[in-house]
Amino acid sequence: MATVDQSKIRNFCIIAHIDHGKSTLADRIIEKTGLLTSREMQAQVLDNMDLERERGITIKAQTVRTVYKAPNGEEYVFNMIDTPGHVDFNYEVSRSLAACDGAILVVDSSQGIEAQTLANVYLALDHDLDVFPVLNKIDLPSADPERVVNEIEDVIGIEAHDAPRISAKTGINIEAVLDAIVEKIPAPDGNPQAPLQALIFDSLYDSYKGVIVFCRIKEGTVKKGMKIRMMATGAVEEVVEVGYFGAGQFIPCDSLSAGMVGYITASIKNVKDTAVGDTITDAANPCKTALPGYKKVTPMVYCGLYPSDGARYNDLREALEKLQLNDASLFFEPETSLALGFGYRCGFLGLLHLEVIEERLEREYNLDLVTTAPSVVYHVYKKDGTKIKLTNPSNLPDPSEIEYMEEPIVSAEIMVTTEFVGSIMALCQERRGVYLGMEYMEETRALLKYELPLNEIIYDFFDALKSRSRGYASFDYEMKGYERSELVKLDILVNKEEVDALSFIVHAESAYDRGRRMCEKLKNEIPRHLFEVPIQAAIGGKIIARETVKAMRKDVLAKCYGGDISRKKKLLEKQKEGKKRMRQVGNVEIPQKAFMSVLKLDDE
Amino acid sequence: MMNKKKLELYIHIPFCAKKCAYCDFLSFPGNVQMQREYMEQLGEEIRLQAASCSEYQVVSIFIGGGTPSILSASDILELMETLKGSFTISPEAEITMEANPGTVKLDSLKDYRAAGINRISLGLQSADDTELGYLGRIHTFDEFLKTYQRVRMAGFSNVNVDLISAIPGQTLDSWKNTLKKVTMLKPEHISAYSLIVEEGTPYYDRYGAHVELSDDCLTSEERRRLMALPELPDEDTEREMYYLTQTLLAEQGYERYEISNYSRPGFECAHNIGYWTGTEYLGLGLGSSSYIDGCRFHNTPDFREYTTAHLDQEEDFQKCLRQEFETLTREERMEEYMFLGLRLMRGVSALGFITRFGQSIRSVYGSILDQLAADGLLEYVSGYYRLTERGIDLSNYVMSKFLLN
Repeated sequence: MATVDQSKIRNFCIIAHIDHGKSTLADRIIEKTGLLTSREMQAQVLDNMDLERERGITIKAQTVRTVYKAPNGEEYVFNMIDTPGHVDFNYEVSRSLAACDGAILVVDSSQGIEAQTLANVYLALDHDLDVFPVLNKIDLPSADPERVVNEIEDVIGIEAHDAPRISAKTGINIEAVLDAIVEKIPAPDGNPQAPLQALIFDSLYDSYKGVIVFCRIKEGTVKKGMKIRMMATGAVEEVVEVGYFGAGQFIPCDSLSAGMVGYITASIKNVKDTAVGDTITDAANPCKTALPGYKKVTPMVYCGLYPSDGARYNDLREALEKLQLNDASLFFEPETSLALGFGYRCGFLGLLHLEVIEERLEREYNLDLVTTAPSVVYHVYKKDGTKIKLTNPSNLPDPSEIEYMEEPIVSAEIMVTTEFVGSIMALCQERRGVYLGMEYMEETRALLKYELPLNEIIYDFFDALKSRSRGYASFDYEMKGYERSELVKLDILVNKEEVDALSFIVHAESAYDRGRRMCEKLKNEIPRHLFEVPIQAAIGGKIIARETVKAMRKDVLAKCYGGDISRKKKLLEKQKEGKKRMRQVGNVEIPQKAFMSVLKLDDE
Repeated sequence: MMNKKKLELYIHIPFCAKKCAYCDFLSFPGNVQMQREYMEQLGEEIRLQAASCSEYQVVSIFIGGGTPSILSASDILELMETLKGSFTISPEAEITMEANPGTVKLDSLKDYRAAGINRISLGLQSADDTELGYLGRIHTFDEFLKTYQRVRMAGFSNVNVDLISAIPGQTLDSWKNTLKKVTMLKPEHISAYSLIVEEGTPYYDRYGAHVELSDDCLTSEERRRLMALPELPDEDTEREMYYLTQTLLAEQGYERYEISNYSRPGFECAHNIGYWTGTEYLGLGLGSSSYIDGCRFHNTPDFREYTTAHLDQEEDFQKCLRQEFETLTREERMEEYMFLGLRLMRGVSALGFITRFGQSIRSVYGSILDQLAADGLLEYVSGYYRLTERGIDLSNYVMSKFLLN
């Protein structure tokens, strides 16, 4: 397999909305191409992480090379590039797409097109990919492939009448997909003798090999021993190994040449040197220009992460360092909070990214965490002419020093069945959305376009969207830019003491309402103490809302018999254990979950 | 004889006529066949367990349940004979048996007394028939009065009446009424507990802070009635009831010697005090717990397992009668000394602590004692640390402070 005829290579990805069956189809393709025996097949080969499997989404792009023996006897090499399926990872998606020559669009034959599908198809078309649709889940009684075919043709404008009608789950008609890959996806081009030009679309840290760079060779050839340069970061390394991707394993080979997809290792210690989207070239014989589209990813959402047990601060640091090896978009730096002690301010691509990291820290590193309210990055323009990028609300300068502030705005597309348009518009209104327009996809579905402040959607917008549309709305967004806004810092005082970890920045108009709801929520979360505990919300020292946790009246076990002693002790132990899960602020104990629960204020 | 260690015996009779809606004790209705099987095995257990207790003298016996009085008098007589034949029992031993109004005849009571039982504990719970109905009790107040009369006629001079406050729909007035009616009878001892909604009871389905219903076997009619029960008194009313109990009973000459127990002077329940002061005890019968030789364990709560075990074989004996066996560490014994001792109004003895553990109470708990005193929950009075009134209200909070680690 040292050299493969370019005309026999097909580089493609599968794009689909969550749950429309992308990973299942990928599994079937791997199965039918015979790379793995059925016995080796896990339920979903591509999704390595437990977490992803549970959420039904793929977070970290992975890729697989398989060999397809066509009915005419020809062998084709398929490089199937798995793309992340969530808005937080939009940039990674775009780089994965840039590594492909074509894409399979999987559409659920009963659900039809979703907002996210549309966004990804447009992204694919922007990259000049040839996209062909596949109608999945035709075995479901609710499947209506004819309607969906019309929808695809009307809305996206691509030919769909000969789209394979399949069931990835049961394996119906997968052969038609394989033939379509050969037929409809163009073979790559590029000159193996030209100066090396390779696109990094992912990277992975391995404790033995160091950083493993996933790349698509656009021009030239890369082989072991060659000195390569990353054009954006400037790092120069010697290639230790090149190879391609078996399912779940790395298979070394002699060289990778134009049109091929594979990996390079070069004893690189830090994924930061191998930024996704960067171009790899031959240090001795560099290409003239880098491939287009490179962008430095910047975190959009920040929050504080603190170990529940202060003694595990170092464990948290080590865990974050390890995760960062594989995830260059994760940012962290030490910070301290009066309420929570020592921890880290971490930056994420979005709320899902935050949740994924948090869960990994808890599951894989066995850490118990307290998370502060997520915050977006605000631009603070001070009267002295300086500008601050504010990631932690506690660091907001005194209002008297502030000239004005800006907050990030996103362009959002929400696809929803027409019966819920009213309630979704009301939701966007509440979240300070600016209505841009609405398009009807078909009689029963509409695409709503809004501009929304990012800080209005990072808390519970997605949950609210789902609950107000009975799960029918889908949502996608991209950063638009910064806009000036009337923002204030809302402080929470518990027993007259400010709890820094509960402070957050909010639009002046929603401050009162949010402050009131925070107090109500905290009243239910903070247990009774020996004394009365006032909970107050304040803006710049002015109290705008107040609740009171009444003093504890009784805590007594009236009945206790001799035989109950072990049970009694367990009860007391539970009580004592409960205390350990508390954070001491002044002389008040606040349960750790209170810090998170205040984020979910939408009661609907 | 004088040098023998003190031992208390608890005998569990798990049968009752009908399970009450709030009850989470190990009890159930049982037919005559089950009762016979059980009593036979209990006798066997007593003989076998007693074999390792020769260096002990029994200072109190408590026959509880369930409803022990549901058994025939001859069963009780035989049980007492077995006990006397197996253990060394002090002539001054307090021997209590629980009885439910509506299950005892005068003749039976006379038999109990003849067999050596010298204290009767009657489960009245409330003097209000509506409240008794809410609790699922099988008797009325009138039936209780008749039973009480019979108990006295049989010659018992030490009688306890069990009461429950904070019953659904109960008011301060109705509770006051119950207390007044009971004190008029002048029992030597009154236990007055606040209702606790325990998991796994029908009451938990009705009042528990949870969503799912337990898998109990109520008929739809029973469930309808359960759900129609009035609300529980609120926390403030419950506390008022507790304060009222103390005041009203004190006026009638009853002293509160434990969080929920009151007696006329000299009639404190010795068996109960033993539990709080670390006296060793052996539990006999289904599910009963023991504390002996610094170890805690309990019998199997499984009726079939208990009645079919071959207790004379070592393996069955261990499996059936030594469940969750644990040897208490020095720290655990200190913890228990504190949190059990604090249930008594006189509190825990500083001298007792140093005698038992060879170090002062303050060297272990100094800062905690000071903090609790500063919070007004604990006080030091002539050699004893004891709960204040506020400390009683928050006793779980106070007691949890004495757990080490």
